[in-house]
Amino acid sequence: MPEAKITIRDLYLRYSDGKEALKHISLDIQPNAITVVFGPAGGGKSSLLKVLNRLIDLSDVEEMSGEVRMGKLDILERGLDVVGLRRRIGVVFSRPIPLPLTIFQNISFGLEVAGMRDKDELRARVEKALKQAVLWEEIYDRLDDPAASLSGGQQQRLCLARVLALEPEVIMLDEPTSALDPVSTAKIEEFLQEAKKDYTILLAPHNQQQAARMSDYAAFFLQGELVEYAGGSDMFMNPKDKRSQDYVQGRFG
Amino acid sequence: MIEYPQYKKPFYALSKQNSQKVGFSFIRLITLVTILPILGIIAYIVFKGAGSITWEFLTAMPSDGMRAGGILPAIVGTFYLMIGTAIFSIPLGIAAGIYLSEYAADNRWTRLIRIAIVSLAGVPSVVYGLFGLGLFVLFFKFGISILSASLTLSIMTLPVIISTTEESLRSVPYRFRVVGVSLGGTQWQTIRRVILPQALPGIVTGIILGLERAVGETAPILFTGATFFLPHLPGSPMDATMALPYHIYVISTQVPGMPSGIQYGTVLVLLAFVLGMNLIASLIRSRARARRQW
Amino acid sequence: MKRSERFIANSIKIAGSSSILFILLIFFFLVKEGLPALGEVSFKNLFSLRWYPIEELFGILPLISGSLVVTLTSILIALPLGVGTAIYIGEIAPKKIKEILKPTVEIMAGIPSVVLGFIGIQALSPFLRTFLNLPTGLTALSGAILLALIAIPSIVSIAEDALYAVPNSYRDASYALGATQWQTIWGVVMPSARSGLMTAVMLGIGRSLGETMAVMMVTGNAATSFAGLKSIIMPVRTMTATIASEMGEVASSSVHYHVLFFIGIILFIFSLIINISSSSLQGKTKQEKGQVVS
Ligand SMILES: Nc1ncnc2c1ncn2[C@@H]1O[C@H](COP(=O)(O)OP(=O)(O)OP(=O)(O)O)[C@@H](O)[C@H]1O
Ligand SMILES: [Mg+2]
Repeated sequence: MPEAKITIRDLYLRYSDGKEALKHISLDIQPNAITVVFGPAGGGKSSLLKVLNRLIDLSDVEEMSGEVRMGKLDILERGLDVVGLRRRIGVVFSRPIPLPLTIFQNISFGLEVAGMRDKDELRARVEKALKQAVLWEEIYDRLDDPAASLSGGQQQRLCLARVLALEPEVIMLDEPTSALDPVSTAKIEEFLQEAKKDYTILLAPHNQQQAARMSDYAAFFLQGELVEYAGGSDMFMNPKDKRSQDYVQGRFG
Repeated sequence: MIEYPQYKKPFYALSKQNSQKVGFSFIRLITLVTILPILGIIAYIVFKGAGSITWEFLTAMPSDGMRAGGILPAIVGTFYLMIGTAIFSIPLGIAAGIYLSEYAADNRWTRLIRIAIVSLAGVPSVVYGLFGLGLFVLFFKFGISILSASLTLSIMTLPVIISTTEESLRSVPYRFRVVGVSLGGTQWQTIRRVILPQALPGIVTGIILGLERAVGETAPILFTGATFFLPHLPGSPMDATMALPYHIYVISTQVPGMPSGIQYGTVLVLLAFVLGMNLIASLIRSRARARRQW
Repeated sequence: MKRSERFIANSIKIAGSSSILFILLIFFFLVKEGLPALGEVSFKNLFSLRWYPIEELFGILPLISGSLVVTLTSILIALPLGVGTAIYIGEIAPKKIKEILKPTVEIMAGIPSVVLGFIGIQALSPFLRTFLNLPTGLTALSGAILLALIAIPSIVSIAEDALYAVPNSYRDASYALGATQWQTIWGVVMPSARSGLMTAVMLGIGRSLGETMAVMMVTGNAATSFAGLKSIIMPVRTMTATIASEMGEVASSSVHYHVLFFIGIILFIFSLIINISSSSLQGKTKQEKGQVVS
């Protein structure tokens, strides 16, 4: 096994309403692979993703402890440069949320706030990102239109593109296809399969089929516990834990 | 066929439907009584004042103890006061609105700020005048001046600008903030590039309405900056100034033998000033609403 | 980058807290200039029935009663009109009419009080004098009517918000029980909107109590002592009008000057009580954060 991209040790998270969302999780996330984080609602999948790029800072948290590292970087450190972290770990949300700006500006936003000023450079990066997200062909002639004028599927690929534009190391996707039709879903899945050679990908899947289809590794979360962590095929063909067995075979959830 | 005697309700016992009809008519009447006087007043002022509005009236100095000539110094003075008020109240009000909407935690200090804003909004205008006299005119020794009056009006206008700014910012969906931050924007970058532009029309509307009120106020400038008569235009912020509202007060109560044409003309100018601002504010608001993407 | 971010956040925080500073400053300067009055004028004099500053008679009771008479009368007029109009706009009016009425009410709010005062002098007072056959038209009633015009817009808009906040499910439940719209308005909507309507009334009172120019121009400015119901058709002098009309003529730091500031303190405290208590009646709005990551 190659060295893990992100190591999580004994991660514990409790929101200020007393809800324990993550109960002492330990997990190694492998580079250049798709790690699927799945399980029934409320299991803590989104919470885990929020911790990894510190979007959790926007929530009311009572206690967060343990250790999360990406290389030398201590992700839970208090004085961490969270802005830098978020550029390295991008996230796509379950619902397409284009910023109320133009298509171009949606993608250039992350670059501009990072200090990129050069117009040509911005243009090149925007184009590259749109091509990566397989969106360029459809919209290259209306980059200055409002992003809201795109279809839902296009919007979600735009959201993907603006993450890619930052050239992150890790891409997290939280049920990215839950609001999309099958064709748009297929486009995104196709992209992910292609992209894993360059990125570390974390995916909270939209359903079991997607989980099984996409996973190189899979982590099963149940009420804040990491029940089982295994290679994708092992998890879905031959789960070890009784609870993951039941869930994978559709006996509860 | 047998004719049954029909039960007839006495005329005063209204059915449910009829009592609703009567009730609605009553409410409509009340609304008319509320609205008509204002429309009547505006129409009356336009009718009586329009004849006096000439180029000379708007651009000449008053003459013959203000009984003739124009009202230029009052117009210019009101304009200066508006600018002065805008300079102080807009940056401070917007910043405070941003603070309350984006930065403030839900704690005791924030609640205290809110109480302070509510209190400021309720302070009677004449009390603002006293305060301005005490602080700016006498303590800071700015004297009776445009500066003192503008500062006084600014503080009076502040709560309006703060509240509308906060409200407009809050109406921008939270998810945009999350996205902005997730893309590596700092909180301020996200606010400035994404949230503020969306809230801007609402903020501008609030500013205009706040300034509209400031422009029409008399009591706060009575002892801080307004003067009865000025034979020239104010030359610096340290000069006292004439102003439309105060001028109206003066020519309708203090100067005997004022020709009513000049009185109504002056009132019409102030009214046009204020209603014009109101109109601009509504236009901005309705255009922004039509364009909004969320 | 990080330092500028912190600088901006800190500036915004300071601006956010400025309201607290201002309200304290207002209080401080009122007290600084007004409290000496208590040392210079005997209690007996200050709370006597005679306001005659030239002879060092500083009885503020007639001024307080003048303010109360005018304010209460104005609320008696403004309340039914304002709430009725709000009911019409919020519950009854077809959409088109609503879209005309709302801006009209806003325009009403924008009319400067000095303009209303002017109309009061020109039209209202002469009318009331002949209509009620009074020796003078400059009475508490004239002031109260103008004040009602000033208070109505705020009453309408707050009352309308209160009605709007009543969930539609309440109305539906009432219709399901066979109630008419009229019965629903009185039986269900109004009671549910009670605290909002209370707020509307209190803020209306606040507006009226603090209003200066319109009142000063039409109430005749005689410091009469309270004479029961008859006070309504007699000239009166309110606290605000007293400050506004006399402050310009007193030497600063004279006894009279201090007493005028002392009246300012009273007004300030009244307004604080009204505004803070009515804002605590109102529920606060919090931004819905929503689920972005879920
Ligand atoms: N901001 C928050 N404040 C308080 N509790 C929260 C917050 N966000 C999530 N929770 C709670 O933490 C638990 C885990 O939530 P999380 O969103 O991580 O689950 P999930 O596995 O992503 O679920 P889903 O499949 O529904 O997306 C849930 O019980 C949820 O109610
Ligand atoms: Mg989730």
